Amino acid sequence: MATVVDVHAPPATYRVPGWWSWLTTVDHKRIGILYGTTAFIFFLIGGLEALLIRIQLFVPNNTFLSAQAYNEMFTMHGTTMIFLVVMPMSAAFFNFMVPLLIGARDVAFPRLNAFSYWTFLSGGVLLHLSFLSGGAPEVGWFGYAPLTSPQYTPGHSTDFWMLSLQVLGVASLAAAFNFLVTIINLRAPGMTMMRMPVFAWMTLVTSFLMVLAFPAITVGLILVMFDRYMHANFFNVAQGGDPILWQHLFWVFGHPEVYILILPAMGIVSEVLPTFSRKPLFGYPVVVFSGIAIGVMSFGVWAHHMFSTGMGPVADAVFAINTMLIAVPTGVKIFNWIATMWGGSLNLKTAMLFAIGFIAMFIIGGLSGVMHSSPPADLQQTDTYFIVAHFHYVLFGGAIMGLTAGAYYWFPKITGRFLSEKLGKWHFWLTLIAFNLTFFPMHFTGLLGMPRRTYTYGDYLNLTLLNQLSTIGALLLGLSVLLFAWNILWSLKYGEPAGDNPWDGATLEWAIPSPPPPYNFAVVPTVHSSLPLWDQKYGMPEHAQSHRLGDELLGTSPASELGLPEAGPAVAQRRRLEIHMPRPSIFPPLTGFGLGLMAAGLIYSPIISVVGLLWLFMGIYGWCYEPAAGEPAVVEL
Amino acid sequence: MTCLPPAGAAPRGLPSVSAAARPERPRARRVVLLAGLLALLGLTALLAGCASQYPQTTLDPHSTDFGPDIQNLFVLIFWPAVLVFVVVEGALLYTIVRYRQRPGHGRPRQIHGNTRLEIAWTIAPAVVLAFIAVPTVKTIFVTQANVAPGSVQIHVIGHQWWWEFQYPELGVVTANEFHVPAGQTVGFTETSADVIHSFWVPAMGGKRDVVPNHQNYLWFTPAQTGTFLGQCAEYCLDAHADMRLRMIVDTPQDFQAWVDRQKQNAQPQPDAQTNMDLLKKGEQLVTTGACVGCHTIQGTPANGKVGPNLTHVGSRQTIAAGILENNRDNIARWVRNPPAIKPGAKMPANLVSEDDARAVAEYLYSLK
Repeated sequence: MATVVDVHAPPATYRVPGWWSWLTTVDHKRIGILYGTTAFIFFLIGGLEALLIRIQLFVPNNTFLSAQAYNEMFTMHGTTMIFLVVMPMSAAFFNFMVPLLIGARDVAFPRLNAFSYWTFLSGGVLLHLSFLSGGAPEVGWFGYAPLTSPQYTPGHSTDFWMLSLQVLGVASLAAAFNFLVTIINLRAPGMTMMRMPVFAWMTLVTSFLMVLAFPAITVGLILVMFDRYMHANFFNVAQGGDPILWQHLFWVFGHPEVYILILPAMGIVSEVLPTFSRKPLFGYPVVVFSGIAIGVMSFGVWAHHMFSTGMGPVADAVFAINTMLIAVPTGVKIFNWIATMWGGSLNLKTAMLFAIGFIAMFIIGGLSGVMHSSPPADLQQTDTYFIVAHFHYVLFGGAIMGLTAGAYYWFPKITGRFLSEKLGKWHFWLTLIAFNLTFFPMHFTGLLGMPRRTYTYGDYLNLTLLNQLSTIGALLLGLSVLLFAWNILWSLKYGEPAGDNPWDGATLEWAIPSPPPPYNFAVVPTVHSSLPLWDQKYGMPEHAQSHRLGDELLGTSPASELGLPEAGPAVAQRRRLEIHMPRPSIFPPLTGFGLGLMAAGLIYSPIISVVGLLWLFMGIYGWCYEPAAGEPAVVEL
Repeated sequence: MTCLPPAGAAPRGLPSVSAAARPERPRARRVVLLAGLLALLGLTALLAGCASQYPQTTLDPHSTDFGPDIQNLFVLIFWPAVLVFVVVEGALLYTIVRYRQRPGHGRPRQIHGNTRLEIAWTIAPAVVLAFIAVPTVKTIFVTQANVAPGSVQIHVIGHQWWWEFQYPELGVVTANEFHVPAGQTVGFTETSADVIHSFWVPAMGGKRDVVPNHQNYLWFTPAQTGTFLGQCAEYCLDAHADMRLRMIVDTPQDFQAWVDRQKQNAQPQPDAQTNMDLLKKGEQLVTTGACVGCHTIQGTPANGKVGPNLTHVGSRQTIAAGILENNRDNIARWVRNPPAIKPGAKMPANLVSEDDARAVAEYLYSLK
């Protein structure tokens, strides 16, 4: 009673690619690997910046870093971790996994996908060139006006920040559009929206958030660009400019941004927990709708970042209430995750440990968030280490741990080998302990009066011991990241080989070989529930059988699937498939680098911008006229 | 079809029970215990966070209105949050321990959801939040109401990297340290001369940003006499960490005496250690030299508005916005090379020689 077409095809052999094939690839899987590797390198850089910060704060009045260096470090640490680590790491999983999860062969626009990656790389490199060209930005990751005015930060450091963020914004927007179209249009037959894996849902919501939020920051950054390059006065306080305008524009982006950062990790947790609990996600529709609700509501809370700016009692009250409301769907998700594990048969592999760690740490970060939601209380908390504690609990304890869970979960699928469980356990426990040692004391440091973004502090505050605990924790946390890197490198070579479905997962990515062939699915599967592989293996549950009526109406019963006979163990006929594949292309990287050069030229020399513009035009022109289809993949079934 | 796994199939990922699996539980318990102990210790420290030990603590208000209103709200949110933490983390831990896979267990019951549970755990948090929202909105309006009449009016102007305090009704201008009378409401109107700063005296209550081209308001009533520390709480580049302030709460009589003294012109007041020649030299240097371009010393030609008012600088506890104890040596060090002490300080180095710096310090220190 096979209800899913057996899509197992003999592994296709393809050559280990050279650098040119990496440069021109449009394969979502390789682009995912590019994103993941690049994001990890930026993670190491951002982590180093954090360690330098923590070393400076080890004792009061320390002289390890100058004030200037310190201010650059925290600016770069925040900007890097948000834009160059968490977002691209999420993109790595969007890229590799979403087409597999929905039974597609690639994203809707493979070349646009490649363009997103190369543009991201350009933006990240541009930001870091600042270190070599007069100093990194020092305006903080949210660059409050008028710090970004030429009057207060003359020189180019702010330009690097302002321009690279715009380049990165283009990359994110392109990716968002791509994933929106992919998820809406390329789902396998029978995969209704409410049968789609939660990670794909969270990708969808995140993509909508990116499309709607990035324009706000782009507008703000363009206003800053006009001020800095054309003597405009949007934020020129001497000419009556209003710095609060920047804050509104920024946070209209900035708050949805933090949900962009967390929703993908929540999606990963929603995939990992059922597999390692051996039962379905509890309350699938509620989890999905909570994610949507969080996304929608995220646009109504932005000014909770501005409670101390004097907006007046009405604005304070409205944003307080909206912020409290958003805690409801967030809590609901947490309860559903715990209920997923309840009554299950928990397999505590490293992926599962990190997913559980996500829940445990996110609860703490969420609760401190509720404490901030009350403006009068927040007036003591805002701009102190209490806030630093909150967002690290949700972003590291939450997003990073969730993404790490995804890495341990999907590494076998991506590479065909397991990450070492032994190293993984060490990694997990070291991370959990070091993370809490670093950030839990910050709740106290903040409430006991230490503001954020201070390159030093007085010993009379008596907060030295707490700071030292955080520094020691940070050093251990650095160690845990190196341990992770070692696990990855070691396992790539010596990891235990993994089959198609090493974790007994339920979703479509586990139906194909590890690593997947370039075309993913030899035959596009038809699904009849959200757990296609468990249906096939354990039988479809009674109440889900009724969905087959819907399938008949949709025309997605096996008989109508692509006009091909149902393939399965019983089918003996061999057939030869020619699978349409996209063509590798140099034009997406050319266009992406062109964009980067255009921005860089605004700092270095107009000639570089002209060259960039030429590359951009050449890239787009070539892209338009190049045929999209490449060599078909030939599969013998 | 039943839900038993296919005979003979043990999908990857299900380890057999081995000795390696067992120690994990006691180890996990020990870690949990340790974490709990640490948290308890921390909580104790927190609860003992009184101002004498932590001068900038937010948990020990010394005002009669703003501070306690905020504190009460925080406590109202904090303890339910602790309860939620204990319950939810407890449920998580229980689940992990109770439902660890055990040998011989088949596939668990494939439950997809429970509508009543979903409704319950959607409504329950919403109710809890309502209990937080109502007092929150109330406190917002109470603490942002117009300041009571008869309050002491102080105009706060933020500068990179020092604080200007003007008392418009009393005719006093000072910098970085300001006095107020105990038991009387102080009303602040705030703005900035350059970038955004934030005015914060934790012992009195929350902070309020100090924004260029904006007028912001804050008020509180200090409960008793004492010296209370604060610092800028909005990143303002370079020496943000060095932009500190002190609020000295006097008895009403002492406050009046302070006001009367502050209104008077600058008058050198030598003490037992004063070197009179040095003082005279310093007076001449300050009142006729580069200082007059940036600083105001009432009653002398010095009438600059760029830097802090120095008319009674000798009466302050600290200089350079709270980062140096006020004494002759520190004043001399500062005057000689401000950027070396406060990175990015707008006052340049080498305005005076070493010897002249000592003379300047002698004079300024005498301006009580």
